[in-house]
Amino acid sequence: MSARDDILGGIRRSLGRGPVSGHDAEVLAERVAAHRRNLLPARATALDAAGRVELFVTMAEAVQTTVARVASDRDVPDAVARYLAAENLPAELKMAPDPGLEALPWHERPLLHIQRGKAESGDAVSLTPCLAAVAETGTLMLISGEATPTTLNFLPDTHIVVVRGWQVVATYEDGWDLLRAQSADKLWGLPRTVNFITGPSRTGDIEQRIELGAHGPRRLHVIVVGDAA
Amino acid sequence: MAEPVRVALLVTCLVDLFRPSIGFAAVKLLEEAGCTVEVPRAQTCCGQPAYNSGDKADTKAIARQVIAAFAGYDYVVAPSGSCAGMVRVHYPELFADEPAMWEQVEDLASRTYELVSFLVDVRGMTAVAARCARRVTYHDSCSGLRELSVKHQPRRLLDSVEGVSLAELPGAEICCGFGGTFAVKYPDISEKMASDKVADIAATGADCVLAGDLGCLLQIAGKLSRAGCRVEARHVAEVLADMTDTVPPIGAPHG
Amino acid sequence: MEATSHSFVDNARRELASPTLRRALGMAGTGFPARRAEAVARLPEFEALRDEGKAIKDHTIAHLDYYLELYEKNVGAAGGVVHWARDAAEARAAVHDICRSVGAKIVTKGKSMVAEEIALNEHLEANGITPVETDLGEYIIQLRHEPPSHIIAPAIHLMKEQVEDTFRAAHTSLDPARVLSEAPQLCAEARAVLRPQFLAADVGITGANFLVAETGSSIIVTNEGNGDLTQTLPKVHIVVTSIEKMVPTLEDAATLLRLLARSATGQEFSSYTTISTGPRRPGDLDGPEQYHVVLVDNGRTAMIGGEFQDMLRCLRCAACLNHCPVYTAVGGHAYGWVYPGPMGAVLTPALIGLDEAGHLPNASSFCGRCESVCPVKIPLPKMMRHWRERQFAQSKAPAAYRYGLGLWAWVARRPALYHALVEMKARFLGWIGGERGRFRSLPLASGWTQARDMPAPEGRSFHALWAERQRAQGYNSPRAQ
Repeated sequence: MSARDDILGGIRRSLGRGPVSGHDAEVLAERVAAHRRNLLPARATALDAAGRVELFVTMAEAVQTTVARVASDRDVPDAVARYLAAENLPAELKMAPDPGLEALPWHERPLLHIQRGKAESGDAVSLTPCLAAVAETGTLMLISGEATPTTLNFLPDTHIVVVRGWQVVATYEDGWDLLRAQSADKLWGLPRTVNFITGPSRTGDIEQRIELGAHGPRRLHVIVVGDAA
Repeated sequence: MAEPVRVALLVTCLVDLFRPSIGFAAVKLLEEAGCTVEVPRAQTCCGQPAYNSGDKADTKAIARQVIAAFAGYDYVVAPSGSCAGMVRVHYPELFADEPAMWEQVEDLASRTYELVSFLVDVRGMTAVAARCARRVTYHDSCSGLRELSVKHQPRRLLDSVEGVSLAELPGAEICCGFGGTFAVKYPDISEKMASDKVADIAATGADCVLAGDLGCLLQIAGKLSRAGCRVEARHVAEVLADMTDTVPPIGAPHG
Repeated sequence: MEATSHSFVDNARRELASPTLRRALGMAGTGFPARRAEAVARLPEFEALRDEGKAIKDHTIAHLDYYLELYEKNVGAAGGVVHWARDAAEARAAVHDICRSVGAKIVTKGKSMVAEEIALNEHLEANGITPVETDLGEYIIQLRHEPPSHIIAPAIHLMKEQVEDTFRAAHTSLDPARVLSEAPQLCAEARAVLRPQFLAADVGITGANFLVAETGSSIIVTNEGNGDLTQTLPKVHIVVTSIEKMVPTLEDAATLLRLLARSATGQEFSSYTTISTGPRRPGDLDGPEQYHVVLVDNGRTAMIGGEFQDMLRCLRCAACLNHCPVYTAVGGHAYGWVYPGPMGAVLTPALIGLDEAGHLPNASSFCGRCESVCPVKIPLPKMMRHWRERQFAQSKAPAAYRYGLGLWAWVARRPALYHALVEMKARFLGWIGGERGRFRSLPLASGWTQARDMPAPEGRSFHALWAERQRAQGYNSPRAQ
């Protein structure tokens, strides 16, 4: 008997039944296919779109994410350059090869040295888009893909994320819906990785004192573009 | 005042042996609340020591005796959250495998209360006529707190006691380390928990620590005196029943 | 790891005597509960979510075979491989085989209690593979050759001076004159030392907080980012996980995730919550080429359908540890194996046997604080009592104790005899103890009096006094005024 058979058989013996089949199996399959939402906290769902953006910013700042608000896409390169200068960081970054980021007017900031691709160990600053920003806890939702390598989220010391106002959703469940929508045509289903990021890297392992920048970025900066919709 | 009712006092084995004054305080308070109090003679213990030692058979035998002894009363009241909790919460679990017992067990469980929560929640008592010129602090006994929601009721009635001032105890909801047999099976750990509790009590500057369970009070009083700390320990019922001036505190000379 | 749970009493005594442990646990015992309480206060739906979380886990366990098969299918569809392991030996072998197949020399590890449970590190080391713990707390205890003392804060028993000593002894290539006295410096050094290891690793091993049947995903909940670097940089990602981590859908995971960080650290959400599904996709610029899941049973199936099934709901949040007066008194090492505190007291006997772990469910006052903070409402004291029932049935308790209890119970069922004996005892002890009011020592009660005084009884039993009062009043109770 294989380990698989033993384990599944052991579970069935413990439950006093054979494999799930027939109507019972249909019920379970339906439960999974329907993926019904459980209780959602009113904290974010009770708000309108503008309120959700405000909540996202408030919650993100509460966990040491820094947030800059700009009116439109045109303002992003400027906001990036100014952030780097204010943090005394060199004007260079590794950018996700994402068409939406690529289309920003970087030519207006020629002194910003931008490379595209995944992160390498020398990269100090990364810039990425996101799939969504979850208002309920100030959480960014980023997915891996051809244009969004995961290492950009973890290797550099500083991670900058561009969030469009309309990307701010209320709950994680809203994020799952977006994820399923964008995975629907993919052979492999979900992307390899979905990162929910809530603030910079931290640890409390030394005498319960919170230190930022344990292994991941010690700075997480979000540029919120525009308002809700 | 609510209509007169017939209450059976569940004395508890510790009160019976160590401190009958608590039993008499309970009777006095229950009578003030308009209850007729009787004390069934056929009671000895609720069975918790056997239960927590894993001896279900003996626990059931004792429980059957309790069920029989307390049949027919409007209410069963114990000056102990631990004993009342045993009957109210654990007797139904104990007899979960005996459907024939369910009705009588549920019936007894539903009539059983811890003393102070019975006075406030069931009898609607809002004040007592008592005097106690002490600065007191209150320890929330675990079973009463977590099994029976005893929290605001003793504080409510203490508030009405003339001359008393209540200093809230930091960590009031943290276990004192009694736990019945735990205190003697793991004395090192029990002692540490008692020391922490005594340190918290001393930090309040109170003259007197109160609680609703004699097990906790024996542990706390025993540690207070071993530590040379002059804080008194009493059951809250004694203060509410205006016995502060007539009964020495727990562990005090009375020979 | 070699279990020392049978020595719990000696372990506890040793730990209670340690001043550094006192200070370290003192910080933890006040910090965690306060932060959890604040987080709970900020979420009005928390109580309702506890009930939902409990229901999701109960449903999943009741259909675990179905969900495991669905999960396996979806892992495969995403390009991953599932390995089934009945016990620790099979799990170790599965991991080793994968490592060997890619000629792995260095393996980075995110924190995994299941990996501790199966004693993975020792096995890899014995086979010429170097496991590098990357969670800061795990890294520190790896250097110290100690087991973790807490399931989410492995080095909670240490003060920063001890960490400094450990780093100085291990990081010998660094400048001895460097300052290392504060937490930021220690963290920065660990970051610098471990970064090359992340980059050099051939295989990355993580645990899983949840497995999602709907998508074939594993979820890790971390704060440092080490779990993510561990699973993204190397060529191979291995997830070592036990079977009961399963949840049906992403929505179910979201509900439990709302409970987890709040219960564990008081955070709204951890810094990094990562859902991983299979290896890198065609076109991905980074990510592992292989994704393996080692599904470990190691005693869980035996818990299903019995008295301990509720324990399988555990999210490993450690709220029960943080709120337990016994855990915060003696620390995690006293428990002698991988899982300490209340959840360890219930789980350990199920996994390594009651003979080895028998003390653990007994070393509890049943205060119930653990159950009151468990995000999925596991009745921990009740299950500890079930272990005591098994021990009693097997006559495992010390003979003197069993006979004493049996005798007491026999008398307690004979009220007339009981009352007579109690009255005698009250009079006797009240008489010899009354003058001082307390006993500093008492024969047959040294378990009590070694640590505290025993207050003397008032001198009469309640029943005796009540009977006298009844007779004096002609059997009439005083009427209510």
